Amino acid sequence: MSEATTHHGGDRKWTDYFTFCTDHKVIGIQYLVTSFFFYFIGGALAEMVRTELATPDPDFVSPEVYNQLFTMHGTIMIFLWIVPAGAAFANYLIPLMIGADDMAFPRLNAVAFWMQPVGGILLISSFFVGAPQAGWTSYPPLSLISGKWGEELWILCLLILGTASILGAINFVTTIFKMRIPEMDIHSMPLFCWAMLATSALILLSTPVLAAALILLSFDLMAGTAFFNPTGGGDPIVYQHLFWFYSHPAVYIMVLPFFGVISEVLPVHSRKPIFGYRAIAYSGLAISFLGLIVWAHHMFTSGTPGWLRMFFMATTMLVAVPTGIKIFSWCATLWGGKLQLNSALLFAIGFLSSFLIGGLSGVMLAAAPFDIHVHDTYFVVGHFHYVLFGGSVFALFSAVYHWYPKMTGKMYDEFWGKLHFAMTFVGFNMTFLPMHYLGMQGMNRRIALYDPQFQSLNQVCTIGSYILALSTLPFLVSMVLGLVKGEAAGRNPWRALTLEWQTTSPPSIENFDEVPVLWAGPYDYGIDSESEDAGESVEEMLAEVAEVG
Amino acid sequence: MNIPNSITTLIVGIAVTLISLWYGQHHGLMPVAASADANDVDELFNLMMTIATGLFILIEGALVICLIRFRRKKGDLTDGPAIEGNVPLEILWTAIPTLTVFILAIYSFEIYNKMGGLDPMVSGSGMAMSHHHHHNPSTMENMVAMGVDSQVAIGIGKSMSAGEQEPLVVEVNGLQYAWIFTYPDTGIISGDLHVPVDRPVQLNMKAADVIHAFWLPELRIKQDVMPGQLSQLSFVANREGTYPVICAELCGSYHGGMKTTMTVETAEGYDAWVQSRTVAMQSEENQTVAVNPSDLSDAAFLQAYAEEMGIIKNTLDQIPHGPMTMMSIHQ
Ligand code: HEM
Ligand SMILES: [Cu+2]
Ligand SMILES: [Cu+2]
Repeated sequence: MSEATTHHGGDRKWTDYFTFCTDHKVIGIQYLVTSFFFYFIGGALAEMVRTELATPDPDFVSPEVYNQLFTMHGTIMIFLWIVPAGAAFANYLIPLMIGADDMAFPRLNAVAFWMQPVGGILLISSFFVGAPQAGWTSYPPLSLISGKWGEELWILCLLILGTASILGAINFVTTIFKMRIPEMDIHSMPLFCWAMLATSALILLSTPVLAAALILLSFDLMAGTAFFNPTGGGDPIVYQHLFWFYSHPAVYIMVLPFFGVISEVLPVHSRKPIFGYRAIAYSGLAISFLGLIVWAHHMFTSGTPGWLRMFFMATTMLVAVPTGIKIFSWCATLWGGKLQLNSALLFAIGFLSSFLIGGLSGVMLAAAPFDIHVHDTYFVVGHFHYVLFGGSVFALFSAVYHWYPKMTGKMYDEFWGKLHFAMTFVGFNMTFLPMHYLGMQGMNRRIALYDPQFQSLNQVCTIGSYILALSTLPFLVSMVLGLVKGEAAGRNPWRALTLEWQTTSPPSIENFDEVPVLWAGPYDYGIDSESEDAGESVEEMLAEVAEVG
Repeated sequence: MNIPNSITTLIVGIAVTLISLWYGQHHGLMPVAASADANDVDELFNLMMTIATGLFILIEGALVICLIRFRRKKGDLTDGPAIEGNVPLEILWTAIPTLTVFILAIYSFEIYNKMGGLDPMVSGSGMAMSHHHHHNPSTMENMVAMGVDSQVAIGIGKSMSAGEQEPLVVEVNGLQYAWIFTYPDTGIISGDLHVPVDRPVQLNMKAADVIHAFWLPELRIKQDVMPGQLSQLSFVANREGTYPVICAELCGSYHGGMKTTMTVETAEGYDAWVQSRTVAMQSEENQTVAVNPSDLSDAAFLQAYAEEMGIIKNTLDQIPHGPMTMMSIHQ
């Protein structure tokens, strides 16, 4: 391929990554590395949860510690792993994808990042004062009586991280609207940017409500008020409404950025235009709108009157329509393509196949009569891991492999990457598929002790989770081998058409040496293929890039 | 599209349909159904399972075909065909999920309504109480006295109106970490639930401390039980047996241990149980006559019932001695 090393990217010293640096690329990497750090902690907690569940008795840890483990696991995985990992890619990629030299508000961006470690350390430190035990939902009155300081630290952590994500969202929206190169109209913008628009809109609309709920909860906890405390005349159901008004959309905050990722990865590695660009772009917006009016489906069995349950059942089911459009469009993108089955594409296909299961069980859960049976059981635990692990983590790994050459200038090790995929896929399905059956049969969740009849399937889940844990080893090997002795990647090893691939790998501090040119739509693969030489157009473009470089 | 191609499509379509229909009925994922409502829920689930199986085979099948058929040949650097969309196809696959969820929503609504989900229930504890005026230490009167009489009960189940068989009313109190059932008609207090088969049962439920959830997997019903608020479940169990009663809402460290059983038995069997309990209670009263329950700590109070209710010792040690617990029990 063209030039191998222009040392622009090397302009960054490793120490820059520990400073209040305002370069969006540094911030993106900071976010990514920090979130991986918390992923390993959250994963270790999950393994302890699963180890406890290998036997029916609470023999590995005490039931209180067990409750702390899954509470911290859920909180860390959501607020310190998946959400910041989405922000990591958005920070790194958005300015590059739209031809800008940085985010609209670089200092705000750095502030938002540095709130992550602060929030994370606060949360982890709660282990020293008795970590929160009331689940990541923290429903009162339980959260008000099960350990004051752990709970308060949990609230503070979420307030800080929530503020950070609002700051981030403001930045993404402004950047996308104001900083695009002039030739790029909104309909020639990469779909990842569309996805981040939809995500940011959700963050801005819902996060303040969570803050309100948490502040009131904090008053109840620390000042003895009774907003949610029934002994003082408060209403715990109001908390649930406020909480889920944020936390249902939060599910889409967690998956939408990765829907964007998938829309970038699939066309490049199957050498075909994305199927139905506008359908994918608008269905993302539709999902974020619908996401705002479905929250009470988490409360079908709680203090929700019958007619209201029916309203939320209908809106929830509607989400299946835009989601279905996306899944069908992604499959059609692959269909008839020339698939390069590298780790990035394998993880993307793994995403499609597991997210599908999460989506199908999601529609089932929307049906109130069925949800009443399985709510708060392992069916739900299975379902949301298919959405969050299958839907987000798989796509996240796909993103890591896909943009690794851009971020590091090196190629990762494909063998270890594929092994990583195989182990993740097997371990993941082994861990979470049996949970659906367990839930329907009568295993409720958040329990350290369970009925012995469920033991054998729980052991399958636990072994699966160990495979899942081990799968991080080949991942790390692939990454490190890439850094140490990976081939130089060049500007555009995948021959991709979005703008970030027009600059050096890693990009120089100012991103582009000259204003990038929009020589094709983001997904114009095979546009000339009607003519005799299908590959020619891309080859020409690449030659052009090489000259510019 | 050429002829053999559409024949294959047709055959594949029929095969997928048949497999889905079969699996939708034979998945064996649900536990036994012990009420007519549970059968209805299962019917709904079977339909959803049929649709889901079809979509699963279709989409996973497409992915596998892509993985096999559309791999890039070594050295082939050309692009695939530049297909950017297909309006009729996109309309079709927008219409399919729309129609599917429309059907599912209507069907679910039907079932939900049939289960009595939209029934005005007994609309408030006031009415629930009007038939039953018993004087028992923990009946609903006490809860009404706590100021919940203005609230409409929340829950699921048909209202047990006059004319039908007189429902068996049971008051349910959830507390960390036990269920306590009080039968206002007979004064029985029990740690497990006994109901006659084929007779309507109405549970009036409240929590003493935190939120619990009352779950009967074999009846497919579940309802949160909240402090300061009345909730209800009513059902007709039609299959004899002993089934688990589970707390499904995180309620503290021994949440996993908060379970007991419901025994559905013949009318005679139920009467025999009532008899035996009444005798047992009388002898208990003789023993504890001098003790005023409100002088005891929660754990000590529960100790008397512990063996009876199958609560493990750890559970008792767990119970916080704060002012929030056991309120309504003590009164
Ligand atoms: C390493 C693989 C993982 C394993 C083995 C695992 C296992 C579990 C288990 C067994 C529970 C059940 C606790 C319960 O409700 O009884 C749980 C809860 C949860 N998990 Fe995971 N998980 C993993 C990864 C993830 C990821 C990647 C996410 C999100 C991105 C996630 C989010 C959650 C959440 C939100 C809860 C609910 C916590 C709560 O109930 O408060 N998990 N996990
Ligand atoms: Cu409970
Ligand atoms: Cu519980």
